[in-house]
Order: sequence, then structure tokens, then C-alpha cells
Amino acid sequence: MIRPELALLADLVPHDSRVLDLGCGDGSLLAHLAASRRCGGTGVDIENDAVLAAIGRGVPVIELDLDTELGEFADNSYDVVVLSRTLQQVREPVEVLRQISRIGRRAIISIPNFGLWKHRLRLLSGHMPQSRDLPYEWFNSPNVHHATLVDLEAFLLDQGFEIEQRIPIDETGRTSRATSWRPNLLASAAIYRLRCPDTASA
Amino acid sequence: MPPSTQTRFATLFTPENPLQMAGGSRLDEVVVAYETYGTLNAEASNAIYICHALTGDAHAAGEGGWWSNLIGPGLAIDTDRWFVVCSNILGGCQGTTGPTSTNPATGEPWGLDFPLLDMSDFVTVHLALGHELGVEHWAAIVGGSLGGMQVLEWSLRHPETLDRAVVIAASSRLTAQNIGFSAVGRQAILRDPASPPDSGLATARMMAHITYLSEDAFEEKFGRTFQQEHSVGGFGVDFAVESYLQYQGNKFLTRFDALSYLYLTRVMDYFDPFSRHESLAAVQACPVRYLVVSFDSDWRFSTAHSRRIVRQLEQARLPVTFREISSVWGHDSFLLDIPEYHDTIRAFLGAER
Repeated sequence: MIRPELALLADLVPHDSRVLDLGCGDGSLLAHLAASRRCGGTGVDIENDAVLAAIGRGVPVIELDLDTELGEFADNSYDVVVLSRTLQQVREPVEVLRQISRIGRRAIISIPNFGLWKHRLRLLSGHMPQSRDLPYEWFNSPNVHHATLVDLEAFLLDQGFEIEQRIPIDETGRTSRATSWRPNLLASAAIYRLRCPDTASA
Repeated sequence: MPPSTQTRFATLFTPENPLQMAGGSRLDEVVVAYETYGTLNAEASNAIYICHALTGDAHAAGEGGWWSNLIGPGLAIDTDRWFVVCSNILGGCQGTTGPTSTNPATGEPWGLDFPLLDMSDFVTVHLALGHELGVEHWAAIVGGSLGGMQVLEWSLRHPETLDRAVVIAASSRLTAQNIGFSAVGRQAILRDPASPPDSGLATARMMAHITYLSEDAFEEKFGRTFQQEHSVGGFGVDFAVESYLQYQGNKFLTRFDALSYLYLTRVMDYFDPFSRHESLAAVQACPVRYLVVSFDSDWRFSTAHSRRIVRQLEQARLPVTFREISSVWGHDSFLLDIPEYHDTIRAFLGAER
């Protein structure tokens, strides 16, 4: 069974879509989409064990650097581009989003919420936030950018994306009344379904 | 049971059933040297074909096999599970019909009258050997360098005959630099007045060998050390690297033929499958799962060559996996036991889907 968050994310992908999963990890999302929604597509990752696991599941994986090598993919070549818990780890989010809108029609993005109340309390007590979704120390975190959901949404709109759907989730990867009521305070992360800006004329 | 290491021979084409070649020529007799490892299952569904590189032969696995670190019991291509076939390619000189074979029409060796070869001719012969062995469908076909080019050609032309294609350190189109190296090697042979042109062939091999390793690999292996304790000067062999290349060149003469070198390198120069009209139509209709692998220090067929193959396949919406493996050893890395590389092949062959 796949993680609850990936199940929610998979529900946003239309049947028979061609999916590009950037930061695909062990390929469980694409394997699930292939089995349950007849989706095809490609995963991208660069971490050896993850790539081997994905290959072992029969998921096609192209090893490349998201920051510099997304140009390998053609314009409008995927229906959906997934960026699950990865935007905060790339060096140039603006450039990665520009590439995504060039490659895909829709994007599905998930990101940890730096604005979660626990994180705010940690900061008030003088420490960097830590939680199940941000389990790292400041010095070993792969996350090089931190955003609250409010900041992220403003940024996505600014980049020309249309937010079609937002699913705030708690630390177990599930939705709840609380996370929907005050996402920026009570959601540990959120999944967004986005319509990519039209880059055909660009 | 250890893999059998006995080379066998099959007469695959005869005057009644000649080999029709892509260039329009015909061969009335083709004998192929091959080896097999492991056991073909009752459904004939566990067969893997190994395509060798420029100077390889049928002896891929077992003692002294050129890919014995990859193919064998418990290895990445596990002969306890797979039935593995490797043959010497058409035009070669290790038991398969080539320019040193006898021309049945004259009773003399073919020499330069042997017809020019095309990548697809290799594939035609591989398929014929499969038929002879009772294998019409391959679980995987695997090859490095020229072997990878055969795999690519085979998968594009006859995708219905395989499930998975593994293309390692290969190219779908040689660059001008690649062709340049190839041309100088052939010139060394063609300008050698001796018969056989041993000096030319050794020189071609020495130069090619430089391109098979990275600069760092040469640094690590030899640096600027001298062969003797002190430099002896003059124009003879003085640096260790010179001695090594001379040894490689001379060793090559004991196992390779200059004419085969001419014919086989020429095939690579002209190989450009994606330039063909509708080159991907067949495999799109009958998708094959691809694994493409490059090595970061390979400058003979750099990662850019593999990426080009990947772009073509991926943009044709074929399932393609690509990895660039880190290794200091250059093009020859494909022959070495590099854990990430072998683990990748094992995982790819092991995936059920």
C-alpha cells in the first residue's frame, strides 16, 4: 500500500495520463498510477538506492539533475508533472517551475508547511522547526528553501500557475477538518493541483 | 553448475537459404561461433542475448570470458535464472564468417571482396541463431559499445522479438571525432604494405586503446613513471604508458584480424538509425523496455551519446530508464565490475512489469 499522501496525490491524476514524476524516489507513485489508473510515464531521481528500487518495480527512471537538466524533456510531452516534496530541495525553484510548465499541462506539487503551529512554537522557543515533515537538523537538511503555504501560493500565482485544488494534510498524510479550517497554521503539508501557464507562445 | 565455456558452431545460412544483406549482397555460407550459459526453460521465455563490442567474441562468460564479472551463477545476469547466448558477430574473426573466411565461389579467402556490412546484418544473423536454438523471443538483449548499437538496431527493427533492451556506453550516431579516430585506425592498416598488416593493426589498437580509457585512468595507472628505474631517453619505449600500449597492440595481433577491424569499425561510422524514415514506428507499435547506461568519464561515447538515444526513445513515449554511472575508467568501464552499474542491470532484469 502506498503512503496516504501519495494516495491523495494519485487521486488528482486523471486516468490514462502520461506522468513525469520529478523526485520519484522508489517509484511507488508511478507504479501505483500504472496499476490503478493505467498511467504511463517516467520518474526522475538521482539517489542510487531510490533509483534501483524504482527500476526494480519496473518504473522507467531517467537519472538527471532537476536544477540543470530538465531541458532533456520536450515541450508539452507529459499530461501531468508531479513534484512531491521536492520543490523545497531544488536550488532554483523559479527555473524548475518554468521547466515544469513547459513540459506539462498540469502540475501536482506537494510541499511541507513551514508555517505549521509546531514550527512557529519551535522558532519562538529559539530553535529551528522540526517535525515529522521536517525531520532534519539545520545542518543536514536537504531542504534549501522554506515556505509557508501562504508564501507558496503567492509564489505559484506569481509564476502564472492557476491553483485548481489544494489539499492540506496533517503529519500522517491525511486530510482533516482542522487542516482544512486553518491550513497555514494546522496543516503539516499541502498538495496542490495546478494548471500550468500557457507557454506555447514563449 | 558452472557455465559451459565451449564454443560451438552453427551453419545458419547456406546456398539454399543465403543471407540477404542490407547492402544488397548475398552470403551463401554463414557459420556462427556461439556459446550458451544456463538452461532454456520449457517455455523458452528466459533467454538473453549478449551482443559483443568491436573486438569481443563468443566467449562472454566462464573462465576468461570478457563479461565473466557480469554473467554467471548469482551474478547480475544470473545464469541460474537466465539462458544466455553470446555469438561472434558477422565479419568477425573468432569463428564466425568474416573476411578471412573462404569465399565458396573462389575457394580463396574473401579479403576485401567480403561485402560491406550494416548493423542490421548483425541482427539478421543473431535472429537466425535464436531460431536455430529454439528462441524466437528474448527476455532481454544486452550489449556495450558496438554491442549496444546492435541492441538498439535490433530493438528498432524487430521489437516483437524482445521484451527488454540494454544499451550500454553506445551511440546512435558517431561524431566527427569518433569517425576520425576510426579512420586513422583504418589508415594505419591500409597503409601497412606487409601481409598481414601487423604493424598497422597494432598501431590502430594502440590508438583506440587511448580512447577507451579516460585521462584520469591513464594518470592513475601510469602517471609519468618510467618503465625502467630511470629514463633511458631516445625514441624507444621509455614511459610505462608506452610499454603498456605496445603490449596491448602486440597482444591484439594474437587474437584479431586487420580485415575484420576494417569492416567492423566501418559499420559503426555509418550507423545512424534515427535518421531513417519512421525509424521508431515499429517499436512504438510494439514497445520495448529500454535501459540506457553511460559512464561519466567515457569520452569515446560520452554521456551525450546516451542522452541522445534516451531523448529519441523517451520522446517516442517508450519506457526508458537512463543512468549515468560514475567511474574513472572511461569507455572500458562497461567491462568492469562497478556495483552501481551491475546492480542497475540486475534490478532492470529482475523487474516483473
